[in-house]
Amino acid sequence: MQYAVLCYDREDVVSAWSKAEDEAVMARLGAVQERLAAQGRMGPVARLLPTTAATTVRKGAEPLILDGPFAETKEQLLGFYIIDCEDLEAAVAVAKDLAQASGSAGAYELRPVGYFRDWKAAE
Amino acid sequence: MTDPAWIDAALVAARPRAVGALLRYFRELDLAEEAFQDACLKALQSWPVKGPPRDPAAWLIFVGRNAGVDGLRRRGRQTALPDEAALSDLDDVETPLAERLDGADYRDDVLRLMFVCCHPDLPATQQIALALRIVSGLSVRRIARAFLVGEAAMEQRITRAKARVAAAGLPFDTPGPLERAERLGVVLAMVYLVFNEGYSAPGGPDADCDDRAGLAGEAIRLGRLLLRLFPSEPEVMGLTSLMLLQQARAGARFADDGAVILLDDQDRSRWDRTAIAEGLALMDKALRHLRPGPYQVQAAIAGLHARAASAEATDWTGIERLYATLEIMQPSPVVTLNRAVAVMKARGPQEALAMIEPLGDRLSGYFYFFGLKGTLLAQLGRARDARAAYDQAIALADTPAQAAHIRDQIDGLRAAEP
Repeated sequence: MQYAVLCYDREDVVSAWSKAEDEAVMARLGAVQERLAAQGRMGPVARLLPTTAATTVRKGAEPLILDGPFAETKEQLLGFYIIDCEDLEAAVAVAKDLAQASGSAGAYELRPVGYFRDWKAAE
Repeated sequence: MTDPAWIDAALVAARPRAVGALLRYFRELDLAEEAFQDACLKALQSWPVKGPPRDPAAWLIFVGRNAGVDGLRRRGRQTALPDEAALSDLDDVETPLAERLDGADYRDDVLRLMFVCCHPDLPATQQIALALRIVSGLSVRRIARAFLVGEAAMEQRITRAKARVAAAGLPFDTPGPLERAERLGVVLAMVYLVFNEGYSAPGGPDADCDDRAGLAGEAIRLGRLLLRLFPSEPEVMGLTSLMLLQQARAGARFADDGAVILLDDQDRSRWDRTAIAEGLALMDKALRHLRPGPYQVQAAIAGLHARAASAEATDWTGIERLYATLEIMQPSPVVTLNRAVAVMKARGPQEALAMIEPLGDRLSGYFYFFGLKGTLLAQLGRARDARAAYDQAIALADTPAQAAHIRDQIDGLRAAEP
């Protein structure tokens, strides 16, 4: 069984960390990642840019594009994609295609990835 | 059980919202600040034991309000604050209070708090000092160090600024959409002032320099705070993008001896790629709104620099067009001067010189005008005129680094002479 690990914390607090504090946290996490990678259990790792950089495409006959993160707590995170796009326009187009294909209610949040490492590919 | 570093950061992050809400309640800056301090002390006792609350700002507002009311009562002051029944016990406050305090309250409270700090009666330096003290919660000592003045002098400056703001009357009405937009514009200008105060300082081993450089980071934090409160304002995106893209170059802007390294000569591998990615992502979002503004245009200029893999690869034609747009939005001789730099790079010195010559009257006291004029004349082979312009630049230099840079140019002129 593979597990997705999704990271939650208070963003205003995390963005108040100094550069040194942030680097210290990343180094501690990196040590755990190294250990898992050495055991061959580590998949891709991505750190997303802040929610202020997010755009949401809400599903509908004509999908609605909103600034900011997806914050409707009645709906749950069911999975995620990592896609390679030229710009936000292209990413919105992909999300619209997905929205049409899914045919259900809900939304896709587009969050630029700030850091990406594929441990499997690096082996 | 809760990490002390997390608690410290949580108190810093909650400060603008908590002090903003307490200001609405007590209608007095000093009282709001004191109440917040009391709430922080209680948080430092309670959170490590009980764990952090779900909404730290709501917790601090509630506890601060009780502390403030107690303080007033001890002093025997008669006030028209809401009766006690409205304030329940500490343990069960969090959920209902967090629910009552929705995003709109936070938004107007923070906006009011920041707006109060940039009161038009205050000179820019006092606006910055007040914002750093009240909104960011920096110690007077740190602000004093950043401005290179004594602590007592800064304390006095802040006290005087507060008195002036109080005398002018605080704006407690809920602003309408138009007024909110105006206030937001003033606040954005103040945040950019804070940023520039920090950005103009060289970083380095010197603690004073670090204090100043830290102001740029603080301004970015305030920009992000405004973005969370106003997620669909393209100029808030533009300003935050602009600050991120400029700050991304901080690590490459100064040599070890403190000398300025110009954009062309910077080691681009030392630019902060994550900050650039975030800046470009915000600009991307802003452009979708089709409501351009000066911060977005300036961010777009910084973005073209950030995208260039080398100085030679810079899209100077694109930059010139953006400066031409900025000239229309926000005409100023300095903008025209910057546009002339792009013209020089894209189309040569002759055209650029023609563009800056009419600015001579208005920029006769401006270092960069004579610096650029000297460079253009030198490129045109007019060494004697170039020398005269460079001499004027040196006379107007604000820092030894500026003067040293021009002296290098003069040496270059001599080397080029037959």
